[in-house]
Amino acid sequence: MFKGESPFSDYVDATFLTIAGISLLVLIGLLIAMVYFLVRYSRKRNPHPTNIEGNLPLEITWTTIPLILFMGMFYMGWRGYLKEIQIPGDALPVRVTAQMWKWTFEYPNGVKADTLYVPVNAAMKLTMHSLDVNHSLFIPAFRIKEDVIPNRENKMWFRTPRIASYDIACAEFCGLQHSYMYTKVVSLDTLRFEAWYRTASVKQSKPYTPLTAQTAAADSR
Amino acid sequence: MTKSALAAEIAEPDYLHAPTKFKGLFGWIFSTDHKRIAILYLATMMLFFLVAVILGVLMRVELFSSGRTIVDPQTYNQMFTLHGVIMIFLFIIPGMPAVFGNFMLPLMIGAKDVFFPRLNLFSWWLFLAGALTVVVSLFLPGGPSDTGWTFYVPYSIRTTTNVIPALAGAFILGFSSILTGLNFITTIHRMRAPGMSWFKMPLFIWAIYSTAWVQILATPVIGITLLLVTIERLFGIGIFDPAMGGDPVLYQHLFWMYSHPAVYIMILPALGVVSEIIPVFARRTIFGYKFIAYSSIAIASVGSLVWAHHMFTVGMSNTGMFVFSLLTFLVAIPSAIKVFNWIATLYKGSILIDVPLLFVLSMIVQFCIGGFTGLMLGALAVNIHVTDTYFVVAHFHYVMFGGAGFALFAAMHYWFPKMFGRMIRRKPAMIGWLLMTVGFNMFYFTMFILGYLGMPRRYYDSLPEFLPLHRIASVGSWILAAGIFLVVANLFISIRRGAKAPMNPWGGKTLEWTVPSPPPVENFHEIPSVITGPYDYSEYEKPEAGE
Repeated sequence: MFKGESPFSDYVDATFLTIAGISLLVLIGLLIAMVYFLVRYSRKRNPHPTNIEGNLPLEITWTTIPLILFMGMFYMGWRGYLKEIQIPGDALPVRVTAQMWKWTFEYPNGVKADTLYVPVNAAMKLTMHSLDVNHSLFIPAFRIKEDVIPNRENKMWFRTPRIASYDIACAEFCGLQHSYMYTKVVSLDTLRFEAWYRTASVKQSKPYTPLTAQTAAADSR
Repeated sequence: MTKSALAAEIAEPDYLHAPTKFKGLFGWIFSTDHKRIAILYLATMMLFFLVAVILGVLMRVELFSSGRTIVDPQTYNQMFTLHGVIMIFLFIIPGMPAVFGNFMLPLMIGAKDVFFPRLNLFSWWLFLAGALTVVVSLFLPGGPSDTGWTFYVPYSIRTTTNVIPALAGAFILGFSSILTGLNFITTIHRMRAPGMSWFKMPLFIWAIYSTAWVQILATPVIGITLLLVTIERLFGIGIFDPAMGGDPVLYQHLFWMYSHPAVYIMILPALGVVSEIIPVFARRTIFGYKFIAYSSIAIASVGSLVWAHHMFTVGMSNTGMFVFSLLTFLVAIPSAIKVFNWIATLYKGSILIDVPLLFVLSMIVQFCIGGFTGLMLGALAVNIHVTDTYFVVAHFHYVMFGGAGFALFAAMHYWFPKMFGRMIRRKPAMIGWLLMTVGFNMFYFTMFILGYLGMPRRYYDSLPEFLPLHRIASVGSWILAAGIFLVVANLFISIRRGAKAPMNPWGGKTLEWTVPSPPPVENFHEIPSVITGPYDYSEYEKPEAGE
């Protein structure tokens, strides 16, 4: 399995593997029972069947045990979801605009980019809307996805754990170039990020104030 | 039965050869005989199925290498839309109830026909009209829809392809489905043979009964949705279109309010078929009859309340997320109960492995895998990662094709002798089954992995790192297709060349096996009286064990 990288990916993978593990055990159990019965009670070996109409305790058992397991799985899924929607107060805001077939990321001072540059380890909060049809912002390595819909502002957040770049895909069918609507999250160390931010601000003639420091100041207040 | 009655029965022509009011093809398309109508559905449905299989194979060829392989992106988008629309609306929704429900329901409850035979014929005509509307939309200027079978707004409003004719087709098909459901419910309530109480009905009938209720209650929603789309277009009232102030998410809610229950229209009769076939080949009574019967009702009712689990990433309220995830886990329980009871039915049976049972065994395993991955999808945190990826595509193909599709083939092989009076040639059927099972799992299990790795669905092209897995899936799809064509060709050949079938080739105990193969027009000379349950195999027990 490819490695996930976000505050949630470990949890998502753990939930997934827990359910997969339980499922695999049950499936193997069922298969063994099935094959054993097929062989042991073949018409040759067992010409005379026994008509067992049912067994209430057994029915209760195999209703209750799955019920308990399923509730556990539900709870794991729910807890993971809560982590994904609790956006930290110090998250850096970025506005995302989706349209056929490109992404635009807008930073607080109005700087726009088609790649999502982020400072490493900083919480990022994306506020997303679409100009035309439904899209969906999907970062497989972070295990997160949220639809981007016209007339709606959906939000998501993440934090990059290390300096690297990650794929962003569009996950909601949006027409001809849907499968090419890829871009990247590029996480830089704070200095490099600020350098990029300053250059972009100058180029696009927007007022530059350090993003990371800004948040630091907001925090200290 | 007296000798003279037996002679009369032998002399009487079966429904395939009985004289009809009209000659030739008209003797079929104007026939109100439930058996002939079933064959009409079967023929139309098989045709569409094979077309959609070919589309699927072509898609897998396209995905075999990066960039353009055989078609351009627009054609590819139209292909997967068409594949979905045909498979869902023209094959798997009408498939089980309309073909096997129609043919077997009256026979299994000891009736001469359904309650409204003419309405039944009308339903087929509606089906044909709806199907033709969809077909016509392919050839109108603009070409076939390219929206995916979900027709999500606003894309479906902006596209220049023929979405409205395709939706109109779905609307008409919906009426066919509602009327069939109505007919079946009435038939089951009013026409059961004397002595056949509710809990002496075969389990396939329970499944058809639950399905029929879903057909009646859920299908109107798709009609209402289409009506709203029309109002929006004609009067410019913003309902779904964000450009007019509408809400595209409302469309998704309405769409899934029908289309999720529709999934149960597809799977419930398939589960019924499994419950029917296992006791016959295990030669013993079904384990936990009442639990299987009630679980059908439970699936139908809870299943109608889980639709928004298709939409966990649209930005729903936390309450919505909580409730729909919880209900999704609850609906898994009755399915689990069925599986456990099926396996338990093999215990202490006297099992003969033949083609129908082989398809059933594959079905059970694949349905389990489909169910387990359904649990993963039901868990919110995992859902957000894998929704709209190949994981979902693999999941529903495991349930819909690995489950419902394989059950349909099981039913086909099981009831074929009754329907056509011939046995299916066994060897090609077994090879076909093996190819289908191997190809199917190679194809779709690979897609689970691709999905978890982050391969989104409905992609014309893929990142280079996904290519090796795509290739494995493609090869699997070709093996699967080869199996399907072998099995279908074998069915066709067996209609003429198969050995003559006896009245009861498998030793079944349900009523359809008490009439000749193929059955006479009126099914039963004398309406049978039912005393025992549907799976009474006590005669095979050890004499001393029989007390």
